[in-house]
Amino acid sequence: MSFNPYDNNGGTCVAIAGSDYCVVAADTRMSTGYSILTRDYSKICKLADTAILASSGFQADVKALQKVLSARHLTYQHQHNKQMSCPAMAQLLSNTLYYKRFFPYYAFNVLGGLDSEGKGCVFTYDAVGSYERVGYSSQGSGSTLIIPVLDNQLKSPSPLLLPAKDAVTPLLEAEAVDLVKDVFASAAERDIYTGDRVEIVIVNKSGIRREYVELRKD
Amino acid sequence: MSIFEYNGSALVAMVGKNSFAIASDRRLGVQLQTVATDFQRIFKIHDKLYIGLSGLATDVQTLFQRLVFRHKLYQLREERDMKPEAFASLVSAMLYEKRFGPYFVQPVIAGLGDDDIPFICTMDSIGAKELAEDFVVAGTANESLYGACESMYKPGMEPEELFETVSQALQSSVDRDCLSGWGGHVFVVTPAEVKESTLKGRMD
Amino acid sequence: MSKSTVDVPQRGGFSFDLCRRNEMLEGKGLKPQIYRKTGTTIVGLVFQDGIILGADTRATEGPIVADKNCEKIHYMAPNIYCCGAGTAADTEAVTDMVSSQLLLHRYATGRESRVGTALTLLKTHLFGYQGHVSAALVLGGVDITGPHLYTIYPHGSTDRLAFATMGSGSLAAMAMFETKYKEGLTRDEGINLVCEAVCSGIFNDLGSGSNVDVCVITKGHKEYLRNYQLPNPRTYVSSKGYSFAKGQTEVLSTKITPLKNNLVVVAEGEAMEE
Repeated sequence: MSFNPYDNNGGTCVAIAGSDYCVVAADTRMSTGYSILTRDYSKICKLADTAILASSGFQADVKALQKVLSARHLTYQHQHNKQMSCPAMAQLLSNTLYYKRFFPYYAFNVLGGLDSEGKGCVFTYDAVGSYERVGYSSQGSGSTLIIPVLDNQLKSPSPLLLPAKDAVTPLLEAEAVDLVKDVFASAAERDIYTGDRVEIVIVNKSGIRREYVELRKD
Repeated sequence: MSIFEYNGSALVAMVGKNSFAIASDRRLGVQLQTVATDFQRIFKIHDKLYIGLSGLATDVQTLFQRLVFRHKLYQLREERDMKPEAFASLVSAMLYEKRFGPYFVQPVIAGLGDDDIPFICTMDSIGAKELAEDFVVAGTANESLYGACESMYKPGMEPEELFETVSQALQSSVDRDCLSGWGGHVFVVTPAEVKESTLKGRMD
Repeated sequence: MSKSTVDVPQRGGFSFDLCRRNEMLEGKGLKPQIYRKTGTTIVGLVFQDGIILGADTRATEGPIVADKNCEKIHYMAPNIYCCGAGTAADTEAVTDMVSSQLLLHRYATGRESRVGTALTLLKTHLFGYQGHVSAALVLGGVDITGPHLYTIYPHGSTDRLAFATMGSGSLAAMAMFETKYKEGLTRDEGINLVCEAVCSGIFNDLGSGSNVDVCVITKGHKEYLRNYQLPNPRTYVSSKGYSFAKGQTEVLSTKITPLKNNLVVVAEGEAMEE
């Protein structure tokens, strides 16, 4: 049997953008095969004050990716004397992923935050850096279960429409948080890699807030 | 690719208050190419018993023909219709008979039994029965359907609400599945009537 | 008349007539399918008056939970039950089949079934299929010769044990047994230990989950405690719920068929075109 550099540690990430807020959430279970490695591992990384990254996939790669991004952000701060905006961080993440096009980071990312106008923004990625700004997104093991529900509740306008329509969702912040909690509870019912606890990070103009909700532990 | 994904399908059955709904998509494809947009994969066994067959279309039709044959023999011998539980056991036995060379179908059975108590059930392709009190799903869109139904289902729905819920769950799910879609067939069966609807959906 | 004309199977046994076709399809590079598994924790132990069996209630299909509350403790005879792990269809079929053979045997002999009889029937069947019928079983019961507990592997080998675990959660469950099992447990101690072992599987093995089923078999008596514990309720329900307005779904056509019951039916449905 040959050496396999990758593993899948499961987990689900969700992000929803609103007119003046952004909700980023991920469960805290880390697993491999049929085993739970830990029930309390945060998949969410605060890269800047308005850029929150949630990543599932192979957590060793995720850690390495977060380290690179944090380092790049630190140099950016030294050079420009300000924090990176979320759209800038989105481009940086894409470049960082594509830089390893032929030995990719096995990481499925959702980046959420506020743009320069203070509007919520969500960027969704594949493992090699293709990305798109959307109104909401889900990545990871439970994403196939969650996406249809988000579609149903938040259906966003087609990105092909001209003139471009706003992708942010019409929900209030509390409604969006409630929806996130519910879709995670649903995903935990049916996806064995999603569970234990969901960490919800809410970004708005008053700063960053965290909430936790317990999920199934089996 | 698995042979289960050759034609593409989405099936869901849900229980309501003294009623049930069974719904499917309408697409028949050959891998990514759409061949027909009015395909039937939900079949009536008798007035209060329906079976949906997801999976390989050729096996869907063959198995359905054999099931009709077996049900007719039962009617001749017993002079009554089969109860859903008995029918589920028949399907299970017929599938398990081919344990080592299976039909590539995953059935969903829904019916009203004695006293019009709803019965829904699904199986894998070798007849492992799974009875449920809320909803069952099958087909290439099964993961999306699990997620949608898990959120949208609530117990004791009236027929109207049941119809909307099952239709919304189906539509949201097939829109995220490349291999199923093109609208849907929905049957809502109550003790008094059967409402068969054709849904409008995305055509891509 | 050829068999295909009269399609009613007269005999039992498997039919292999689709094997050639399916082999051809697999040869074309199509992936073989996955069957529904009971990635499982099943356990059993001997206590002072008899046998206690335990099981979780999760059935999985790959990483997805197919059934949150399935039954894995199967009836074999009034005094014998059997927990099944492995391919769901196989455990179900093999236990049903042997259970009916035991019933016929009881009719023929007029005696209570023995656990050894069930064991032999199961293992000869499984051995005959050389592991292709993938059922891993924990068989327990109390008969004229006392309490018996066996494990049966898919290839047909068996063990006679005082405490046994099987399935993907077997190591987690066995850890509890190895630390806490002793001879001559009371009924309550036994049930608690079985629950602890199954819960250990439920919480530490991803293939196992949901609830705990327990079955206590003593001389001339049995108690099937379905969903004895429910340690995993849904954790959050949306405060406002999802409600869909009537007519939200776009409908192309509707056909309403009133059902002709034997009783009087008043059909008031107005055929509506939307």
